Amino acid sequence: MKIIKTFVTGLISAMLILSPVAYADKWGDQFPHIKATGDIPGDCSYEEMSKKNYKGKTLKINTHAVPVIGQPTALHAEQFAKLTGAKVDVTHTPAGDLYAKAMVPFKAGQAPYDIVFGFSNFINDWRQYLAPVPKKYMNSTEMKDVTKSHVGVSSWDGTMYQYPVDGDRHYLKYRKDVIDNPEYQKKYKADTGKELKVPTTWKEYGEMAKYFNGWDWDGDGEKEYGSAEVMKKDDLMFAAFFSRSVAYAKNPRTPGGFFFDLETMKPNINNPGFVEALGDWVEATKYVPPGGINFGLGDEIGSFGGGQTLFSFSWDDAFIAAMQDDSPIKNKVGTAPLPGADKVWNRVSGKWENQYNQAPYIVWGWAVGVAKKSKVQEMAFDYLCFFSNGANHQADLAIGNFGVNPFKNSDFDPQLYIKTMGWDADIANSYTKTLKDMEKSKNRVFPLRVRGVFEFTSAVATGTSKALAGQLSPQEALDEVAKEWEAIVNRVGKKNVQEDYAVGVKMEDNKL
Amino acid sequence: MNFKQKYVFLFPGLFVLIGILIFPIIFVIRLSLSGWNSYNGLNFIGLENYIRLFTDDPRFWESFFRLSFLSVTTVILQYVIGFALAHMVWKDIKFQRFFRVLFLIPMMTTPVIMTVIWRTFFHESLGPVNDILSNFGMSPKWLTDPVLAKFTVIIVEVWQWTPFMFLLLLAGLLSLPKEPFLAAAIDGASPVRKFLYVTFPLMAPISIGAIIIRLIEASKIMDTVYVLTSGGPGTSTETSSFYIFIKGLREFQMGYAASMSFTYLIIMIVSLTVIAKVLTKLMLKD
Repeated sequence: MKIIKTFVTGLISAMLILSPVAYADKWGDQFPHIKATGDIPGDCSYEEMSKKNYKGKTLKINTHAVPVIGQPTALHAEQFAKLTGAKVDVTHTPAGDLYAKAMVPFKAGQAPYDIVFGFSNFINDWRQYLAPVPKKYMNSTEMKDVTKSHVGVSSWDGTMYQYPVDGDRHYLKYRKDVIDNPEYQKKYKADTGKELKVPTTWKEYGEMAKYFNGWDWDGDGEKEYGSAEVMKKDDLMFAAFFSRSVAYAKNPRTPGGFFFDLETMKPNINNPGFVEALGDWVEATKYVPPGGINFGLGDEIGSFGGGQTLFSFSWDDAFIAAMQDDSPIKNKVGTAPLPGADKVWNRVSGKWENQYNQAPYIVWGWAVGVAKKSKVQEMAFDYLCFFSNGANHQADLAIGNFGVNPFKNSDFDPQLYIKTMGWDADIANSYTKTLKDMEKSKNRVFPLRVRGVFEFTSAVATGTSKALAGQLSPQEALDEVAKEWEAIVNRVGKKNVQEDYAVGVKMEDNKL
Repeated sequence: MNFKQKYVFLFPGLFVLIGILIFPIIFVIRLSLSGWNSYNGLNFIGLENYIRLFTDDPRFWESFFRLSFLSVTTVILQYVIGFALAHMVWKDIKFQRFFRVLFLIPMMTTPVIMTVIWRTFFHESLGPVNDILSNFGMSPKWLTDPVLAKFTVIIVEVWQWTPFMFLLLLAGLLSLPKEPFLAAAIDGASPVRKFLYVTFPLMAPISIGAIIIRLIEASKIMDTVYVLTSGGPGTSTETSSFYIFIKGLREFQMGYAASMSFTYLIIMIVSLTVIAKVLTKLMLKD
């Protein structure tokens, strides 16, 4: 009897232990994308989605070009179609055209796409045309794991309009095998009299990038370069510029607006802080790879991820690409906060303050919403919930050019990267620490989220690209941007912009 | 058939004309008098957009002059190369049919796809062009130097559209009467004199047509710029159509973009009419 009891207990225990594996394997076999984890239980898991029947229904999605966010959209569309029987049409659009591609039909009262992808700072222009995320999804297992700040980012006045699928910040990525290399440290010290270390100011960043530019420092027979940056006009370059500007222009002692003076709505964009940053950026054109001034985000990911440069900053993607299994520099890269500066502009006193300053730039990132006029809203939200379910999200995080970055509490656990992605423990720890520290910082800058936001960012892209191309000096270029910003504020209405901007300022001033 | 019945037969054509030409133009004019953008509807703001365009937007005029330079340069090059190629295969040469087809291939390819391929060719660190040139100690900044980037746009445009010029001019050459050439041969005219005094004048009407058609097309350069340089570096390759695209479809300033489009349309109609008249006068003076 005892033997039978032991056998039955053992059998039941084995079944219980192995059942999740068997469950995971069932979906992992059918969908190789989630092979590492298998399905992860949740309200929008593979198992749950397979119970839905959308046969005969069509879901239309407008997303970014392949690969960044476009590829996961298409992949999850294919999976969703297979699970639910729905027909999913995916249209790919370049980054610069995402805004208008949704706005034109929105304005005309049409909904050619049920789901529209864009940047999270479009929220103010788009929200009136988007369906709020229903309670059912707000209470889902997946949504409960989203960080508080990303729930806030996707919402306006407490209502969520954008479904969280991505969470972005800009931070520094560097080649650990070079910066931590004792031989190079000695050589750098001998040649420059300075320490080779993770740069904490943009000036140090520039000096090191210049030193390691144009020679084969990793012995692969190819020349390497200093830095890979998004410098291509109209291709998110405005965000790269703001990342360089925050160190000089975000002063924690002068609350009340980074982009504008909230009281007067006078643009700060041409103050000496921003001009200094643009001067550094113009200097950076000397240490980017050939053609680097024309690098979009995809080029930056490919360049740093492929081992071509010493540094890179911007979104997670280049770092993740470098840490992929097929990368030649896996576990040879590190992360750190964005460099700071030894001085910061005080816009109130109109003087430089000679003290160290560092400010994280929370870029937020890809956002997606469901059109209010969509006739298949439930299916659309199911798709989005499925897109970011546990298994898909973890698999997407591991692929650099997918553009999906941490936004869930569980993403900040280093074990995720060590166990499922094979990262070295110290790299995983420093990565998650870099991200967590940014969340904690009290000197953060958030993107502009005002009406007509694309006009503002487009003006920045035009002005800064003129400076990078040598058509104008940094001061002239930013004066032109400031003039354009004033004109836009007048067109939109000072009160309207002020009202929208106040929400962002409250967040920056830690009052929200 | 009475008078009214005739009009019934005209209706389908008239309907199409109104639908695809008259209505869009009227709508663009109405749009240009509005501040339609992401935060305003189709309101009426009078001539505000036109005042802004003529008094406060040097970028539009810079892009227009850049466009004029690019289109005139590319069309001249296309005409010269197209004429030379057409003249070559007009004669009885070996593999004449093969060359006639070969020269037409660029025109048959999709411009956007070909521009992506050209962009890869000219990529400054990964492209084959600089890979070859680096053997001679050269690595031109094809896409990132403000002057060279214009030259790169010209190369791609000339490659893509010379076959069109070639096709029209070859058709013209094949339709020329044989008698003037026989007379020139009897008079002992050299090949150069034959070309200058017989072929070229006889080809003048076709040349004018071909140049004007290409000028109209070239003045809309958009896809090449969009894919190759995005108007950069800076604004150095930004053309009028690309600038209108940025304002209208990127920044969503629809009202302002409409005023630019309408102004651009008027300028193009006037300038192309003048160019056609001047060319006719110059080339058909005898």
